[in-house]
Amino acid sequence: MATETKIPFDETYIRTFSSGRGEPGWLTARRLEALRLAERLPLPKPEKTKIDKWNFTEFARHTVDSAPYDGLDDLPEAVKALIEAGEGTKNLYVQRNHTPAYVSLSDELKEKGVIFTDIFTAAREHGDLLKNYLMTAVKPDEHRLAALHAALLNGGVFVYVPKNVEIETPLQAVYIQDEDDIALFNHVIIVAEDNSRVVFVENYISASREGKAVVNVAAEVFAQANASVFFAAVDHLAKGTTTYVNRRGIAGRDGRIEWALGLMNDGNTVSENITRLVGDGSFGDTKTVAVSRGEQVQNFTTSVVHYGRHTEGYILKHGVVRDSATSIFNGIGKIEHGASKSNADQESRVLMLSEKARGDANPILLIDEDDVMAGHAASVGRVDPIQLYYLMSRGIPRRDAERLIIHGFLAPVVEAIPLEGVKNQLIEVIERKVQS
Amino acid sequence: MAVLTIRNLHVAVEGKEILKGVDLEVKGGEIHAIMGPNGTGKSTLASAIMGHPKYEVTEGSVTLDGQDVLEMEVDERARAGLFLAMQYPSEISGVTNADFLRAAINARLGEGNEISLMKFIRKLDEKMAFLEMNPDMAHRYLNEGFSGGEKKRNEILQLMMLEPKIAILDEIDSGLDIDALKIVAKGVNEMRSSEFGCLIITHYQRLLNYITPDYVHVMMQGRIVKSGGPELAQRLEAEGYDWIKKELGIEDETVGQEA
Repeated sequence: MATETKIPFDETYIRTFSSGRGEPGWLTARRLEALRLAERLPLPKPEKTKIDKWNFTEFARHTVDSAPYDGLDDLPEAVKALIEAGEGTKNLYVQRNHTPAYVSLSDELKEKGVIFTDIFTAAREHGDLLKNYLMTAVKPDEHRLAALHAALLNGGVFVYVPKNVEIETPLQAVYIQDEDDIALFNHVIIVAEDNSRVVFVENYISASREGKAVVNVAAEVFAQANASVFFAAVDHLAKGTTTYVNRRGIAGRDGRIEWALGLMNDGNTVSENITRLVGDGSFGDTKTVAVSRGEQVQNFTTSVVHYGRHTEGYILKHGVVRDSATSIFNGIGKIEHGASKSNADQESRVLMLSEKARGDANPILLIDEDDVMAGHAASVGRVDPIQLYYLMSRGIPRRDAERLIIHGFLAPVVEAIPLEGVKNQLIEVIERKVQS
Repeated sequence: MAVLTIRNLHVAVEGKEILKGVDLEVKGGEIHAIMGPNGTGKSTLASAIMGHPKYEVTEGSVTLDGQDVLEMEVDERARAGLFLAMQYPSEISGVTNADFLRAAINARLGEGNEISLMKFIRKLDEKMAFLEMNPDMAHRYLNEGFSGGEKKRNEILQLMMLEPKIAILDEIDSGLDIDALKIVAKGVNEMRSSEFGCLIITHYQRLLNYITPDYVHVMMQGRIVKSGGPELAQRLEAEGYDWIKKELGIEDETVGQEA
């Protein structure tokens, strides 16, 4: 198959874009190298979903300059609903399309050496630090979308937590799209140095539910020795938006990475989430919930790869599929040779709400070591009529009983979201996606 | 005063007839016990009255205060005043006991008349304390990870919170130790009033030491074959069922393949 493709932006554009943002030379060079890769690498091949007809490259504008918000009062209502007045707003990043539109970090955290800033400021002011991490967990040479992402990166946030710093309140990022026909190549990096601790919560939202856009975003999380990162995300991009989202984590010795992902996009989406348990005694926990509706096609691949000894990896995926939507859930637990005494466990469940809905749960265990534990459970089915009967026998009407069961089914992620505003937004989104 | 009237009820499961003409009337203020060996149709009666999807009524009628119960959806039956404490309550992950109970109460009260959160919490705390339940159980997911005894106690909690007109208790005593049994009985006795009728299904006389029934019925071969007062339960405890089988000329008391 020919892998040549027309990239809508050339070398000259990238040079101009990069220098316009005052990027260091190494970053420009990496972008250009990635552009060359993008021209020849094939698309990724998510298991059981064909994406070769999806639009990842056609969009009118790579970057728009949006006005920043004057203050918290100036934020759109959709963003206001997500943030908590008071403590929470001290550590907040709001990005409007590609513009860092509101940034705040408490003095206390600044004094401790914490960095929480947009990716361009990070490239200018903390270039040497950023260089060690950027595109190292997601590599540009993996496939066309990773290469495109690296070449055209146009937004994102950098979080750096120095050794022994434990941050109590979550850091929050909200990316809102309010322009049509644009592309977002957002890149998030979280570095938690030895013995540090951080909770990060991000939201992707579209201002209109029809909004047309191409979204190709990545997050790279590094939990170093004995560090802990809790990463919660709610994606709720519009119907006209094609999304490729790649969230990856690497855990060092005794490091912990936990993910709580509410994947609520209304457009076609490929979501990949890989946690590499490199250090001995490291721990990874991934919880994903998703709802698909309309004609939507979505593919969710979650993978935990064990390299270190005594590592523990857990995958939980619960998906609801309705209308004529298709959802594929791939769960991969991989134990490499030498990762003895490790434990890989996963559960994938898909709830089908209509005749035409298509859902698939594929649990995969790849084990190259004898002395390990591994387990998986998977199911695809309808709402259990006996559970319905039980709830109805207490007077709850069928529709409400179904609603309770579905919300309960998606609760593992909802309950794990550490910010009330984001949690409530997720509950509302689920309500709308399931009922309307 | 509520009246549940069952006339000539025939019920089939997967095409096999299990109940072969049951007649029974339970009024507010009365406690009835249905006894009988395993596999005689007792639980089928309970499930059919509540409207379990697997049970098909092929003949006969069930009415509550003259209303046709069999025409109602399961939730309508509950809102009309029926309650079934189930032998095997479902586990519903992600839905807390408290949220579930509030939804059930509000479904009865209807839109605009919802119970206030304070009032609900007060009532829940009070009933849980009465049943000696750990307060944590309000916030645990509905029946998930509950022990057998906890599930049964939770069924009685629902009974006390929902205050139905007529309750059916399907083997509420099976698998309970004596202390748990006493608490379950305490809950049922607390409900006793002229407004509350109860049908207790059991195959152990033990429960009836703590809840004195007004009427005792024996079920065999999908029918009620003998009725009497509380003394009938005591005779069954002392002598077993053989004398009834002999009296009625029954060799095999079971019907179908009820678990």
